[in-house]
Amino acid sequence: MKIAVCIKRTPDSETRFRIGGTASAIDETGVKFDMDDFASYAVEVALQNKEKAGSGEVVVFAVGPDSVQETLRKAMSMGADRAVQLKTDAVPFDGLAVAKALAAEIKAGGFDLVLFGKHAFDTSAGVVGTAVAELLDLPCVTAASKLEIANGRGTARRELEGAAELVEFPLPAVVTIDEGIARPRYPSLKGIMAAKKKPLETKPAQLGQSRVVVTSMALPPDRPPGRILGEGTAAVPELVKLLQTEAKVL
Amino acid sequence: MGNILVFAETRGGELRKIAGEAVTVARRLADASGGGEVHAVVAGPPGVGQRAEALGRFGADAILAIEHPALTSFARETIAATIAARAKTGGYRAVVLGFSAQGRDLGPRLAAKVNAPIASDVIDVQISGDTIIVRHPGYANKVIITLAITGSPTILSVRPSAVTAAEAPRTPRVESLAAAADPSAERVKVTQVAEGAKGRPDLADAPVIVAGGRGLKAPENFKLVEELADAFGNAAVGATRAVTDEGWRPHADQIGQTGRQVSPQLYVAVGISGAIQHLAGMRTSKTIVAINKDKEAPIFKVADYGIVGDVLEVVPALTQAVREARKGH
Amino acid sequence: MLDFFNIDSQLTEEERAVRDSVRRFIDERVLPIIGKCYVDGRFPKELVPEMAELGVFGANLPEEYGCAGLNNVAYGLIMQELERGDSGVRSFASVQGALAMYPIFAFGSEDQKRNWLPKMAHGEVIGCFGLTEPDFGSNPAGMITMAQEQKDGSWLLNGGKMWITNGSTAHISVVWAKTNGDKSEKSIRGFIVPTNTKGFKARDQKGKLSLRASDTSELVFEDVHLPNDAILPKSGGLKSPLMCLTQARYGISWGAIGAAMACFEEAVSYSKNRVMFDRPIGSFQLQQERLADMLSEITKAQLVSLHLGRLKDSGKYTPQQVSLAKRNNVNMATDIAREARRLLGAVGILAEYSAMRHMANLESVYTYEGTHDVHTLILGQAVTGMSAFN
Repeated sequence: MKIAVCIKRTPDSETRFRIGGTASAIDETGVKFDMDDFASYAVEVALQNKEKAGSGEVVVFAVGPDSVQETLRKAMSMGADRAVQLKTDAVPFDGLAVAKALAAEIKAGGFDLVLFGKHAFDTSAGVVGTAVAELLDLPCVTAASKLEIANGRGTARRELEGAAELVEFPLPAVVTIDEGIARPRYPSLKGIMAAKKKPLETKPAQLGQSRVVVTSMALPPDRPPGRILGEGTAAVPELVKLLQTEAKVL
Repeated sequence: MGNILVFAETRGGELRKIAGEAVTVARRLADASGGGEVHAVVAGPPGVGQRAEALGRFGADAILAIEHPALTSFARETIAATIAARAKTGGYRAVVLGFSAQGRDLGPRLAAKVNAPIASDVIDVQISGDTIIVRHPGYANKVIITLAITGSPTILSVRPSAVTAAEAPRTPRVESLAAAADPSAERVKVTQVAEGAKGRPDLADAPVIVAGGRGLKAPENFKLVEELADAFGNAAVGATRAVTDEGWRPHADQIGQTGRQVSPQLYVAVGISGAIQHLAGMRTSKTIVAINKDKEAPIFKVADYGIVGDVLEVVPALTQAVREARKGH
Repeated sequence: MLDFFNIDSQLTEEERAVRDSVRRFIDERVLPIIGKCYVDGRFPKELVPEMAELGVFGANLPEEYGCAGLNNVAYGLIMQELERGDSGVRSFASVQGALAMYPIFAFGSEDQKRNWLPKMAHGEVIGCFGLTEPDFGSNPAGMITMAQEQKDGSWLLNGGKMWITNGSTAHISVVWAKTNGDKSEKSIRGFIVPTNTKGFKARDQKGKLSLRASDTSELVFEDVHLPNDAILPKSGGLKSPLMCLTQARYGISWGAIGAAMACFEEAVSYSKNRVMFDRPIGSFQLQQERLADMLSEITKAQLVSLHLGRLKDSGKYTPQQVSLAKRNNVNMATDIAREARRLLGAVGILAEYSAMRHMANLESVYTYEGTHDVHTLILGQAVTGMSAFN
């Protein structure tokens, strides 16, 4: 089974962010970067499916500058077979621009399954995966929380609002992966050593035009301080009164 | 000047709350860019077009109805193909959708089909000459990103509950829009839609959310959260990652950085300490109430009103008090 | 995590990846259970297969023997992260890798290496190191355990060892014994003793207040009969077990940093959240001084161990350098653990917090692998040329 996984290098999601001097980017001082969480679920799903199929190849792709190679090697240390870096100085925010670069590269790969994280932590947009599916004219399941592949077909579950949708689709297909599907394995030390010998290819990224551009970033405004009304059940009447009169939500 | 196309989402033939919000955004865009028309696309079984006339209240000038008996479930490829075909012909300045499960599917497909720029999960939209400017919470709600988008049409998906549907009433005309593809040719076939808890709104739609965390001590105690939600009338029930990881509640109920992001009128956090990961999912709620036995818990820093106490005692008392307060209305 | 002098920039991508993998294992699998294991006096043996899968046993031994083949800095980082979890967990890995696998690698025949090392790397065979005796701790040269060669080339082993980590769970014990009645240290040889051999007994040491999440045993050898291929052919003299100890001590110098980091991080976090007199205690001068001292000592220790690791990798290091690192780093860690416990106030005595567990553990680490005082004299001799040992 031949599986492609597109991953992204993003800041640690636990970071307390500060805005940089130009007010159009986060201040990266001291920020740790790693494989995006949803992307790492996608890598894990790929590895599990390859293991279940008994044979095949997992190829990881990432768009970005050379710093992204560490992330590609991490995927290989988890078990991916080879990696491709689509090189560019800065990853554009424009998801369609990125999708075009990935689609161009993946198209001829003969992949049964192309996996993405549901969205990347930094852009939080959820565009690239589904756009790549469209560019490759492949069926796409967005935000799968369960995925089973058997006999050239897939079944998946995705969460709707207050309901869950079960779908079936033929391969080849694109699936973007939601949380809860699998816990990513951590690279074994042997895996880390083996990754050094696996092929990592670098090519220029053929990005589309960047038409969605970040002009500024800001921290969300702090909420005004609230107050503790009291202790225990004695404070309940006061709370109800305030909800009615002040907050007007009751 | 240009018209704005909106995808008005339905489920089971009924309009979802986000549909009205999307129309409002479209109406504002249309008015701000020289006063074009708002065309709302709906897809569903026959009759859905007529029900969608209600969108006239929020400013829809026309309802474009894709009606087909096979459209009882979400036919993403058919709908995307149809909207794309319409967008390519119609001189639209923008296409607006909701950033919902359906919208996540349609938006990027439309962008790729039409070769249009897309900004998803936006909380406000402005137009400035040839540029559309939006704000979008990135980094899991920790940073507000302002984006400038050039290119027509621009695809925009709107965060649920970020915009309140606003009155701009008119009587829309209803037109039929032919499906650009055969719904039975959908490659992704929906085999089942498993409804969640009946009688409760979804987290994205609910004006009130009551959420429970580890402070409830045991999964059985979630009953107290559900009773409080019932007392409020139109409330949804949420959970923290801590309790969904433990299996007390399904993953779909998780509110937080990697779960659902919500913005209700009222958020009641029961036995929730307020980890950053959780706050990222609910800190934009209009009013936050916290009940926790630890007065140092970080949740009290974001809560408008807090009660320090044992949730197993305070919540039933609050449930009773809310029931009585609502009885009077 | 603590990296005040950006030491990460001095590590290779691979070294960081190794550190991050072990860190994650500790965070997800060890920290949630270790407080209870410590209170219960139980080593979490169920984690051994996962530790093996991760590749932490004998991590700096070559790949051809089923090991990870990492360099010594990576090995050190593994020990650091393990001990950030618990000194008992790190002791298990130190014994398995540096004290059981290493002697087989360094002094064993090719057959012995191929037969034992891969299984030990996989955690299928657990080893322990039998050097210390009830009356011979700091002075191992005085050991009385004796192996007598028989006419057919086999050996008969008699004696006993004490304070042996993994003793009761090990499948094999690398035992150091004098041979053929010769009481000089020159006659010391190493033997691979399967623990199910008749006459071999292991008894757990009860009543420990330190290293409680670790198995510590007494070993007794009563006419234990060993085949002639049990001996480690290239072993000879006290130098052999001391070389093993040097390996372990190197790892311990890193491990102590891990324990100190755990205590420091806990103390910092607590000081920011704990409010007294209407302010977080981290805003008081006395607590800030505690934290500043901890930060300084950890940073210094990190640089000592990192440089030592690079020296070891270049082949140009000495046991005395390892003594300096072990002595300094363990000593500073014991101080940090104690000060962290004090900063935590009342909750600092609970098993739910890690400071007092590390504090108690580090007393063992201070004492074993060459006590602090022994390393003091090693350094004193290195500096002055004069032995103050007797």
